[in-house]
Amino acid sequence: MKKTSKVVKYNKWGYIFLIPFIVIYLVFQMIPLVTTIYNSFFENYRSGLKIIGPNFVGIQNFITIITNGDLPTYFKNTMIMWVMGFVPQIVISLILGAWFTDPSLRLKGQAFFKTVMYLPNLIMASAFAMLFFTLFSLSGPINSILLQIGVIKEAYQFMAHVWSVRWLVAFMNCIMWFGNTTILLMAGMMGIDPSLFEAAQVDGATATQIFYKITLPLLKPILIYVMITSLIGGLQMFDVPQILTNGTGDPMRSSMTLIMYLNKHLFSKNYGLGGALSVFMFIITGILSLIVFKFTNSGEKN
Amino acid sequence: MANNQNNYAMRTESNGTSVHARRILAYTVLVLVSFLCLFWFYLLFINSTRSNAELTRGFTPFPSNYLITNWTNLKNGTLPIFSGMVNSLIVAAATAALATYFSTMTAYAIHAYDFKLKKFMFTFILMVMMIPTQVTALGFIQLIGKMKLDDNFIPLIVPAIASPAVFFYMKQYMDSVLPLSLVEAARIDGSGEFRTFNSIVVPLMKPAIAVQAIFSFVTSWNNYFTPALVLHTDSKKTLPILIAQLRSADWLKFDMGQVYVMIAFSIFPVIIVYLILSRYIVGGLTLGGVKG
Amino acid sequence: MKKKFLSVVLCATMVAGMLTACGNTAATAPAETPAETADATDATAETPAADTAVAADEGKVLNIYCWNDEFQRRVKDHYPGYTEVDATTGTIGDVTVKWNITPNQDNAYQNNLDENLLKQADAAADDKIDIFLVEADYALKYVDEDVTLPVADLGITDADIADQYKYTQDVMTDSNGVLKGLSWQGCPGVLIYNREAAKEVLGSDDPAEVQKAVADWDAFSKTAAEMKKAGYSMTATTNDAYRVFSNNVSGKWVQDGKVVIDENIMKWVEMSKDMADKGEVASTSDLWSEDWNKGFYPDGKVFCYFGPAWMINFSMAADKEGSIANAGGWGATEGPQGFFWGGTWICAAQGTDNAVLIADIMKALTTNKDIMLDIVTADSDFVNNKPAMEEAAGKDEFAFDVLGGQNPLAMFAKGAENCDLSNQCAYDQGCNEEFQKAMKNYFDGNATLDEALAAFKKAIVEKYPDVTAE
Repeated sequence: MKKTSKVVKYNKWGYIFLIPFIVIYLVFQMIPLVTTIYNSFFENYRSGLKIIGPNFVGIQNFITIITNGDLPTYFKNTMIMWVMGFVPQIVISLILGAWFTDPSLRLKGQAFFKTVMYLPNLIMASAFAMLFFTLFSLSGPINSILLQIGVIKEAYQFMAHVWSVRWLVAFMNCIMWFGNTTILLMAGMMGIDPSLFEAAQVDGATATQIFYKITLPLLKPILIYVMITSLIGGLQMFDVPQILTNGTGDPMRSSMTLIMYLNKHLFSKNYGLGGALSVFMFIITGILSLIVFKFTNSGEKN
Repeated sequence: MANNQNNYAMRTESNGTSVHARRILAYTVLVLVSFLCLFWFYLLFINSTRSNAELTRGFTPFPSNYLITNWTNLKNGTLPIFSGMVNSLIVAAATAALATYFSTMTAYAIHAYDFKLKKFMFTFILMVMMIPTQVTALGFIQLIGKMKLDDNFIPLIVPAIASPAVFFYMKQYMDSVLPLSLVEAARIDGSGEFRTFNSIVVPLMKPAIAVQAIFSFVTSWNNYFTPALVLHTDSKKTLPILIAQLRSADWLKFDMGQVYVMIAFSIFPVIIVYLILSRYIVGGLTLGGVKG
Repeated sequence: MKKKFLSVVLCATMVAGMLTACGNTAATAPAETPAETADATDATAETPAADTAVAADEGKVLNIYCWNDEFQRRVKDHYPGYTEVDATTGTIGDVTVKWNITPNQDNAYQNNLDENLLKQADAAADDKIDIFLVEADYALKYVDEDVTLPVADLGITDADIADQYKYTQDVMTDSNGVLKGLSWQGCPGVLIYNREAAKEVLGSDDPAEVQKAVADWDAFSKTAAEMKKAGYSMTATTNDAYRVFSNNVSGKWVQDGKVVIDENIMKWVEMSKDMADKGEVASTSDLWSEDWNKGFYPDGKVFCYFGPAWMINFSMAADKEGSIANAGGWGATEGPQGFFWGGTWICAAQGTDNAVLIADIMKALTTNKDIMLDIVTADSDFVNNKPAMEEAAGKDEFAFDVLGGQNPLAMFAKGAENCDLSNQCAYDQGCNEEFQKAMKNYFDGNATLDEALAAFKKAIVEKYPDVTAE
């Protein structure tokens, strides 16, 4: 009896330690979220210096967004560019992680390689996009190199083709984030009990088999963490395509992401339409998160 | 352990060629990847040594001799770059400190205690992690305006206390390195809960804190979106805003050489912070490791 | 570890502090020289004495909102009695001048200005905006509202400003015909051509001869075809000619709340598409991009640019060895149609408590012929003063090195007379930007004309929720 009360006494500290998070979350995220939703039912924007509204318009803003039908396109663009960047990113990270942790390889200079990998993340996305823009412009160095070695006959307009723009965005995201992912995965791999590998090797398993049968399954929790955070980052994709395409998302908005679209409405301080858009994005992320949680739960059962 | 090594040694001998081939492949890929990582820094350096007129000529792989000129022009210009750097340092360091400390605390609450709402809270935090910050940006600006926190660092720093992603990582890490018996032992020694957290849990979490501190610091350092909405006075602006300001200079003053010098200038401190903390990433982190 | 980290941070902060200190001394030292020159002009030129200007019962703080330091330098160098204190403060007599500089990027300047203009009525007298600057593209957004003070209310008469170019006043005239701002600059543009290419393809680099080949858009297109044969691009980008067309429209962008695409703008689309398909323009990139810049050098092989005086002097890499400008290899001619590019206008904000001082600054910089001639000499501006420009047009000392010694001022003066800006509206900035962006898709072959036009209309409705497209 005495023991239980003691546990209860300690457990109240669980609540106490949660207070900072809860308070800050409620103030700085919950209130904005609620006002955003509230705003979505009003017409409220700037026209020049005139403030229009707020006038209650019911669900008119939502109807506007549904009827113009752009949202699915931008969602699709965002997901395409995310997948194009994420797949190579996770593959490279897994391979590098496996190599770094594979004792039979005994790679030298690991400290150097591990340090270097994260460096691209230190460059501001906007600065990075500027460099890319210069490199891939019509008269830029990439075009001159390709022309010189005779791969192409005339300069290729990287910024005027749907897939080249998308690949550039994906490539930039991949370069910027694979170091981050590798660091996380490596941490996970080092946490795996070495005796498992030994046992497998005694049984005559190859490196590939060990990777697929032991490393990958045991890495699942950290893989899920990487996937979730990367998916969130992907949905928030903004600066790279914004700066690379000068805010247009061209050609024909094929590289316009959800946040870039939302950003368009910030120009006129359109709280109404922008709010409705945010609500849709909230729903989209909600659905995606449910899907990911399905994965997580099944993972825990295993 | 010795036995272990013998095993590997035997394996290496038995299929030495394949290991050799794999090693060559690994080095090739690593060198290529390192090149892709470092190339951008080289580009930045080259560009910051060139004058605006030279930059209109397009790319060259060799540095020019305008580095000092660009730097002097930038330093003597109207932009408060040094106060910008101090501001960026304050915001980024405070954000990193708050995010890691309080996320560890939140993770500890979920990890070490049993209470009714525990399961709910864990799920709830994971759910809110899914909401992109930009979704609530409009509401956030309005709130900041009403709280009279416009043009202030507080809205940039304090919200970091509730960082679900950092929390999630801390929780995962704690599961693998923090046995509850350790906490029990501390209690028997008469240590208070808060003291236990500060003197036993936080030190144990150092590698994870270092990793997340770097991530938070860098994210905050490079953040343009929120600071641009919140900060208006020149003396309070952070470096990314000042870079944007430099890029919109008028035709008489427009100087890409200065822009590149400023970018290089703004990357420098992050590299230092990273190199200081990176030993945890490269070596320390792997001691603990994360298990699900 | 923590200690070490902290000490590094501390060191960094200290070093930064020291550097700041150095930076300040370095910045103020050279600044003294222009102040002295200003004093010198004060003594010689018969200018309105600064003392009388501020003697009246006026506020002691003059707040000026702008997006760069161009106007600041004009005031510093040419307004008698201005003394610089630091980069963002100065004094005129016992009035403190505060410069609030916000960049144009992402519309930040206007956002900041809008917020403060809306708060103007409640602001303390010393915090109220006194002067703000605007550009032509969005001037009407402010001019058509009560936030700007009519120039007449400042005591400036029509006679005072009779020597200014009419277009510079049209830009700042609201829908009731009230003038609300003045400029010291005129930015009429000309066609700037590559003399080498002109000799090679047209047989002469004489401005009069070249003019024949670009006298109207038909001739322009024909010349483009010939240039192409000789390996030259007519212009560096499709956007080069846009301004020339958009300055000569017959109606406003937005009429009765609906966006209307002018015939002349459609002519630009037609011509540009044709030239892009035939490969007669080098690219469809934006102005100021690498692809635009490359024609500044001989191997860029670009025949012409459209630009005003400031572009010729400052933006064509004249200080770079090997550029066409450096060798004086450009020529100037009027081109197919008159246009202007750039220019900054001074507005007095409603609610200011420094009306007399503002009027004096405006008069000094935008009507005083001596001061304005000084600006021509010192800053190579084309100033907003007909007699001054006519005088300068006849003098060899105003010849442009970049143009191989040609004096284009007479040409500019003629262009300034011909500019017609009666069809401006408050939505011009967004419309012009979005239109060029949308049409790039058409030129690149990524969209049909209709699709590109639809994309433009969509972008406009997003930007201006009060405007309809259909």
